[in-house]
Amino acid sequence: MSVNIKEWPGTALGSKDLEEGRVLTVRHRVRAEYAWDAGVAIGRYLRELKAGRLIARRCRGCDRILLPPRMFCEECFRPTDEWVYVQDTGTVNTFSVCYVRWDVARLTEPQLPAVIHVDGASPGMGIMHLLGEVRPEDVRIGMRVKAVWKQVEEREGAITDIRYWKPIAEEVG
Amino acid sequence: MAKVAVVGAGMTRFVRRAQETGRELAWQAARMALDSAGLTLKDVDAVVIGSAPDAFDGVHMKGEYLSDGSGAWHKPCIRCFVGGATGVFAPIQGWYHIASGQFDTVLVVCEEKMSSTYPHPQGAFITIFDHTTERALGPNLLWIFALEMNRYMTVHGITKEEIALVAVKNKKNALDHPCSQLQEEVTVEDVLNSELLAWPVNRLDVSPASDGAAAVVMCAEHVAKRVSERPVWVEGVGWHLDTAYWTNRDLYYPRYVEYAARMAYEMAGIREPRKEIHIVEPYDPFDYKELHHLEGLLLCKRGEAARLTADGVTQRDGDLPVCPSGGLLGVGNPIAAAGLMKVCELFWQLRGEAGKRQVPGTPRRGLAQAWGDLMQVGTVIILGV
Repeated sequence: MSVNIKEWPGTALGSKDLEEGRVLTVRHRVRAEYAWDAGVAIGRYLRELKAGRLIARRCRGCDRILLPPRMFCEECFRPTDEWVYVQDTGTVNTFSVCYVRWDVARLTEPQLPAVIHVDGASPGMGIMHLLGEVRPEDVRIGMRVKAVWKQVEEREGAITDIRYWKPIAEEVG
Repeated sequence: MAKVAVVGAGMTRFVRRAQETGRELAWQAARMALDSAGLTLKDVDAVVIGSAPDAFDGVHMKGEYLSDGSGAWHKPCIRCFVGGATGVFAPIQGWYHIASGQFDTVLVVCEEKMSSTYPHPQGAFITIFDHTTERALGPNLLWIFALEMNRYMTVHGITKEEIALVAVKNKKNALDHPCSQLQEEVTVEDVLNSELLAWPVNRLDVSPASDGAAAVVMCAEHVAKRVSERPVWVEGVGWHLDTAYWTNRDLYYPRYVEYAARMAYEMAGIREPRKEIHIVEPYDPFDYKELHHLEGLLLCKRGEAARLTADGVTQRDGDLPVCPSGGLLGVGNPIAAAGLMKVCELFWQLRGEAGKRQVPGTPRRGLAQAWGDLMQVGTVIILGV
């Protein structure tokens, strides 16, 4: 009975209440470490990244080329059928210019996260990655981009073996 | 299926940091809900607890942690968690507990205490990203909202000014809510000039981090008619999950909301939602999300929600009042509690008890919606009198 309630519970604290010890807190830092198995599909994806290639899986049930690759098609609910190399070029589906880190610390140089639809995969098969070698104000949805790979000896079988995606120069303008 | 009613509602104030523990907040909201229904814990057959990531509290199995404050000991109890969609999913669970015929009276309690996480609750969201293919890129939660907002704006040609009107409206509505965390009116210019976090998201496009709890009491028809003069009936429920490969999905349109809404409309016998729904409380953690969700709920055509807002249709005294509570943008966003706050708001509105927030014209039917997980879960509940 919203209108009939005069006192609502919940006591707001300000930062000074904590700093000056007016209320007590207990602090704890969780220490947890994990080693995640990459799995069958993503394991191969990572090995191919180390080799400088992007790989997907084809499902003959729905005739889609799936990226990131998976060993089963979640739509057809059957095993996928074969490995298919896709290009290291694509199109920016959407992007942001981010000035905030995970812990909300501010960045002076923004990160440029994007969803990139990769050439050779089925329409709509995007991956999340970063854009680079481009001014934030020049990024556009629909912009054509190409992967910039780490040097062979620096690659470790990780999504970061692609440093970022840069605009394809000959297609600009 | 047995008919199910909401007969009581309660909530705490939403604040940036509450002195109370999560259990104490849960107890406050639960007791208020029981008091407002004229019931005690002895009348409750089962308890549903809703709370979002355990990582906020740093407490494993938060359902168990919150269980005494939620009145769950010595009773059947379930805790649900579908991210931001939890606050509307919890009363859906309360509904099927009763609709199945298994229980007569269920207490539903949602709690969130985001302030415990240091340095900022956003850090607790890092683990939602795929550990192998995404996390190495250093993502944060703002990324997916910013990517979705940009896609939505670009596909429909909607401007930041048009979207900012949602933040202006909801923060203004919240001035009339006694539990509201934000108590300041803002202008479109304030929103546009607030700090740029992740283009196109500025600080005032986002709801605040909050602590708080909310609760409702739900009953079977024969109990509701005995204990309540004005039961508010659950007319429809719906929920839906889309692909968790979020980069494989066009972010401009929330299909999972549409499918959840269609399920609820079918159950409620609603054919023309725009005419048959009188109050909407869509999930609004970011201002563009209110527009996005109005479209997913089929309350306007795709890309048209911004114009409804600009035309004043979604104002409290407009033709389709949207977030008359003040929403997450205004009242605050203690995740699970924020969703259930919307259900509390419908309860008060439909009983004509919302005071300064009361929507004119004796509304008879309202819809609350929430959204969560990795942006792909929609939950919808329709209440009516």
